[in-house]
Amino acid sequence: MNYPNNLLYTKDHEWIKLEGTEAIIGITDFAQKELGDIVYLDINTLNETIDKEQVFGTVEAVKTVSDLFIPVKGTVLEINSKINDNPELVNKDPYGEGWIVRIKVANPDEVSHLLNAESYKELIGA
Amino acid sequence: MSAEVQDSTQIKTTALTSKHISLGAKMVPFAGYNMPVSYSGLNDEHLTVRNAVGVFDVSHMGEFILKGDKALDLIQSVTSNDASVLVDGKAQYSCLPNGKGGIVDDLIVYRIDAKTYLLVVNASNIQKDWDWISKHNTYGVDMKDISERTSLLAVQGPNAMATLQKLTDIKLSEIPYYAFKKGTFNGVENVVVSNTGYTGAGGFELYFDNEHAEKMWDAIFKAGAEFGIKPIGLGARDTLRLEMGFCLYGNDIDDTTSPLEAGLGWITKFTKEFTDKAVLEKQKLEGVKNKLVGFEMIDRGIPRHDYIITDANNKKIGKVTSGTQSPSLNKAIGMGYVEAAHAKLDTEIFIQIRDKAIKAKVVKIPFLKK
Repeated sequence: MNYPNNLLYTKDHEWIKLEGTEAIIGITDFAQKELGDIVYLDINTLNETIDKEQVFGTVEAVKTVSDLFIPVKGTVLEINSKINDNPELVNKDPYGEGWIVRIKVANPDEVSHLLNAESYKELIGA
Repeated sequence: MSAEVQDSTQIKTTALTSKHISLGAKMVPFAGYNMPVSYSGLNDEHLTVRNAVGVFDVSHMGEFILKGDKALDLIQSVTSNDASVLVDGKAQYSCLPNGKGGIVDDLIVYRIDAKTYLLVVNASNIQKDWDWISKHNTYGVDMKDISERTSLLAVQGPNAMATLQKLTDIKLSEIPYYAFKKGTFNGVENVVVSNTGYTGAGGFELYFDNEHAEKMWDAIFKAGAEFGIKPIGLGARDTLRLEMGFCLYGNDIDDTTSPLEAGLGWITKFTKEFTDKAVLEKQKLEGVKNKLVGFEMIDRGIPRHDYIITDANNKKIGKVTSGTQSPSLNKAIGMGYVEAAHAKLDTEIFIQIRDKAIKAKVVKIPFLKK
C-alpha cells in the first residue's frame, strides 16, 4: 500500500495535505481497504468550523460505517463533488480524485501533532 | 450462520487457512476461527456468485452425527421441523427451540439412513448445541461431533453445477434442492454432495475429511477456471444471504426471538411433540407481538444491526437486525423486528441513522426476485 511522503496522517486513518492556509483531507489507502467497497459519503458540515479530531462526516461502505475525523481545527470550504456520484473513487484513488474535503486551517501549528508517512506506516504495521 | 466474534488469542484454523492467506484474503476472527472475510472485494465477490461461480470455505461450521434406533426420536424432540418426513438423501432446515420460546440455533438435518443423521450447526454454537442436544438425549443415541475433522466447501452460482460435474460421476442435475448424495468426488470417497447453500444463487455444498481439503480446493478451481471461478469471503456470504432474506443466527434470530416472530412458521410443525410446542402453539393462536420484516430504504442511508426503527410519530417500534447496501439491487436493504401492526407490506417505517429518521418501507422477502 501507498503512503505518500508529502502528506501528514492521523491515527484515525485520515490524511491531510497543507496548501498554504488551506488543506485537503481524505482517508488513507489502509482505511479504504479496511472499509471495502464505499457506497457513499455523508457530509453535512459545509461552512462549519470543526475542532480537531471531531467528526466532519461519515463514510458508508457495504459492510460497515465509519466516522471521519478532522485532523486539525478548520472550516469546511468544499466537499469533493465527484465522490458524490462516484464514491468508488475513494477506494480507487484515495490520495487523488478520491479526496474528501477542502478546509481552511484555523491554526497551522496544530499539524505538529500529526504523523508523517514513516510513523503512520509504523502505526498500521505496514 | 453467526456473527459472534470471539477472542483471537486462541484462534482456530480450518484446513484451508494457509491457502486463504496465500491468496491474499483479508482474514478476521469469526466464531473462534481465523476466516477470510474478503479477497477481491465484496461487490466483486458477490456478483461473481450471482453471475458465475464462487467458492466459500465454511469449514468452521459444526457437524454432528447422530446414530441409533432412536436417532429420529431425539431429533424430533429437540427440533421444530418434522424430520419424520425425511427419506434417505433428503435434508431439511430446522431450528432448536430453547425451552423459553427462543432459539438455541438454526441447523440443517440430513438423513443419511433411517438410523443415521447429520446435523449441521453454526460454528459459534457448536458447544451450546452439543450440550443442549446431549442434555435431551434420553434415547441412548450415539452422538459424535465431527466438526474438527470435517471440511465444508460451498460452491455457489449458476455455473456451480457445470464446474463440479467435471469432478464426479454423481449426476448432480438429479439432486433436487435440499437433497444430497454421498459418493466419490475428485477421487475422494464418502463426500456428501448437498444441493444447499446460503446464497440463493444455486450450487452445492461438499462435506469431506480435512486431509482432502487442499486437493479438493485446487481441483474445483481448475474445473471452474473457464467460468471465472473465484474464492469468496464471509462478507459476500452475508450480503448474498441477506438479499434472500435468510436469517443469520446472532443477528436475526437468537435466544430471545421466537421462530414464529422470525417468519419461521414454515419450519415449526405442531403435528409432533417438541421443545416449546405449547408455548409456540399459543403464540400462533394469539398472534405474535413482533415480526421480522424486510425493508428497503426510500431515502439515502444504510441500515445496520441494532439501529432503532420508529413510526411516523417518532415512536420506537423495533430494531434492525441486519442491513447492507445490496450489491445486486444497488439499494439499501435490511431486516428487523417491528410491532406486528407495522409489519404489513408497503408500511412506511423510519430507521434512526445518526440521529436522523430515514424513510424506509416494508417489502417482501426475498429482496432478490428470481
